[in-house]
Amino acid sequence: MNWYITDNTAPAVALDKIPEASYADFYNDLAAKLADARCHVAHYFALPLGDRLRFFCLLLDDAAGQVLLASHAMGYYDQTALPSLTALHPALHPFERDIAERYGVRFDGMPWPKPLRFPADRRDRSSTMDNYPFYSMKGGSLHEVNVGPIHAGIIEPGAFRFICNGEQVLHLEIALGYQHRGIERLLGQTGNLLRQMCLAEAVAGDSAVAHATAFAEAVEKLTGHQRPAQLERERTVALELERMAMQIADTGALSMDVGYQLGQVACEALRTMTINTTQAWCGNRFGKGLIRPHGTDHPLTPEKARMIRTNVGEIARRYDEVRRDLKSSPSLLARFEQCGIVPREEMQRIGGVGQAARASGLARDIRTTHPWASFAKCLHHRSIVKQQGDVMARLMVRCREVLQSAGYIDRLLELYEQKYAAGPTPCPAPSYAEKAAPSSLSFGLVEGWRGETCHVLVTDAEGRIAEARIKDPSLHNWMALALAVRSEGISDFPICNKSFNLSYCGHDL
Amino acid sequence: MTLLNTFLLLAVALAVPGVVNRIRARLAGRRGIRFLQHLYDLRLHLRKGAVYSSTTTALFRTAPSVYLGAALVAALMIPVGDLEPLLSFEGDLVCMAYTLALGRFALILAAMDTGSAFEGMGASREALYGALVEPALMLAGGTLALMTGCTSLARIFDPAAMPGAQFVIVLLLTAYVLVKIVFTESGRVPIDDPRTHLELTMIHEVMCLDYCGVDLAMIKAAGWFKTAIFSLLAADTLAAAFCPRWWAAAPLAVLLTGVSVGVVESTQARNKLVRNTTFILTVAALAALAFFTAYLLQLNIGLA
Repeated sequence: MNWYITDNTAPAVALDKIPEASYADFYNDLAAKLADARCHVAHYFALPLGDRLRFFCLLLDDAAGQVLLASHAMGYYDQTALPSLTALHPALHPFERDIAERYGVRFDGMPWPKPLRFPADRRDRSSTMDNYPFYSMKGGSLHEVNVGPIHAGIIEPGAFRFICNGEQVLHLEIALGYQHRGIERLLGQTGNLLRQMCLAEAVAGDSAVAHATAFAEAVEKLTGHQRPAQLERERTVALELERMAMQIADTGALSMDVGYQLGQVACEALRTMTINTTQAWCGNRFGKGLIRPHGTDHPLTPEKARMIRTNVGEIARRYDEVRRDLKSSPSLLARFEQCGIVPREEMQRIGGVGQAARASGLARDIRTTHPWASFAKCLHHRSIVKQQGDVMARLMVRCREVLQSAGYIDRLLELYEQKYAAGPTPCPAPSYAEKAAPSSLSFGLVEGWRGETCHVLVTDAEGRIAEARIKDPSLHNWMALALAVRSEGISDFPICNKSFNLSYCGHDL
Repeated sequence: MTLLNTFLLLAVALAVPGVVNRIRARLAGRRGIRFLQHLYDLRLHLRKGAVYSSTTTALFRTAPSVYLGAALVAALMIPVGDLEPLLSFEGDLVCMAYTLALGRFALILAAMDTGSAFEGMGASREALYGALVEPALMLAGGTLALMTGCTSLARIFDPAAMPGAQFVIVLLLTAYVLVKIVFTESGRVPIDDPRTHLELTMIHEVMCLDYCGVDLAMIKAAGWFKTAIFSLLAADTLAAAFCPRWWAAAPLAVLLTGVSVGVVESTQARNKLVRNTTFILTVAALAALAFFTAYLLQLNIGLA
């Protein structure tokens, strides 16, 4: 079977260039490709085009750094059941569930045919949150504990159903969808690029920069407009600042959940310092408004660059002390080590991405395998990988990524100071009226702090963005959390949960 | 003298939470809340109305009163240094321990009465750790009784009853055990975390999730008295080794608990829940060690 081969820096692809295969061919070929650990699916979705439903698949070949595109199609009203790929590769379960929920496509042999996020335009309107088909077990010594959808902390809603034998968790099922806002539909409905940009920033509030960058990348691939390297560097600085802030925040949150006050207050202070640095740069602590297509409203100035460099250096120095403290406290090691283990094989089967996958020895990192912008040019990223797959490994990956990001920010800003210390910065103002390629597909693939963030945009014959498909890394990793707590004590669920810190609204869109 | 004893008891019960909060705040680099903030919180609770789940019965509504009543009665048996407590009789040592157990029993029943999965888990944990801490407490009490030959707390801590200098090491060890029991009984790090919002990790707090208003105020106040009881026992034991007077025992009780709880809560993480069992059994083992040391010293066996 043919695949259209591209990479993360190539321009948009015309829809008719993407080969269309029969489902049987697609099924066999994708199943064979996914058997290789170096390949994973970044996105697999269906689009109604005329009276047909066309399925697109973005396959990432991590070894070759290629993005492979393929598609298959069926009649929109065709009732034929397709053999499920999830049965062979569980990593595909959120994609097939999404397609089935939206368009009523039946997947034969699907092992987990459950609703994913209850969109308003779902095919089966009788499927509601109130009758979510929770898995259940029978047994005199078993009991069910339901947590949520409203939680005690100031977090988002999501229902967790535990099946426990005493204190031990046998099974955890996570039912999400409470945060569904119809972002993809809104993106397709409005023709206003600025509004679309703001929507993209709102996909997940804690990954505003990652999602905005992915969306801007996709838009710029559609217009084919060249952008100055300095713009790319500034976006990378913003992305790495976000990564630092969130990894530090999660270090603090993990400390809080085990009742370790010193780590908590130290990290909270450092996190505030980090997001305040972003605020001093662009006026928003989460970097909203910083990433805009084709340009920026907040170009760096020598003063701002110096301020960011000083702050980041200070944060990295102080955070390193916290890190050493965490690593050398026996009471913390006793909590974090050997807790919530997700082995590499499981992580690979469920398609785990991002820092959680890297903590399980699965080196999935878009910055390394499919570098874009500054990562393709001046930064040569080496992923931080741990093998243990426990809470400690996830924490240590976070810790080291903070220091690594601080190093990148320092290097990029040093470059800036060398080049533009005297003269004006070459970043243009954003432009929202560029002509986009008609009937094309483009994607933005960015490694956010949580992992691989993928935005796919499809334009209509006039070059308007007609459909958007967004994938937050949480979509894959929620399953990793469910696996991590199996056979753990139920009282260790909070630290397992915090060690992943997944997004509810990123999943629910 | 009895009046002073009761007054000091009340003062210790009200001061300990303030000292703990202040020390934790200072170690975190903060100024901290008002010293008596917990009393303002109590007033707030007392002004609130209550909402009762329709699945609960009278058991649920009675439990807070029983819990507070038990804690108060037990507290009245505690002497401060050489003062005479309000209630004192032979065997009040055992009576005190099981009055507290009665309160715990009432709260556990109330938690199960709600039918909530969380509270059921909390009740089972509380019952387990309550049962495990009992031998430690009885052995510590037994050690004191053995050394002095009395089973009434007032007479145990009577300066005249205190045995000779060879028992100082036993007293120190027993005081240490009692401080550890303070951590367990008042649900502090590393056993439990009173500040956590995570229902799945709670032990004591999760049993009170369905309470509000006056009921919650009673449970909170009972908690202060329980902490004061064990702090005073520990302080009395320690003071008995050096200076068995009320003016030494009362401040010692506040500082011993306030400082140790404050420091541990700032610098240490909570135990994994299964490790609590080991923690409490270790305390019980230490109590046994103290008991047998006291027994050997009592027999005056020449070890050489």
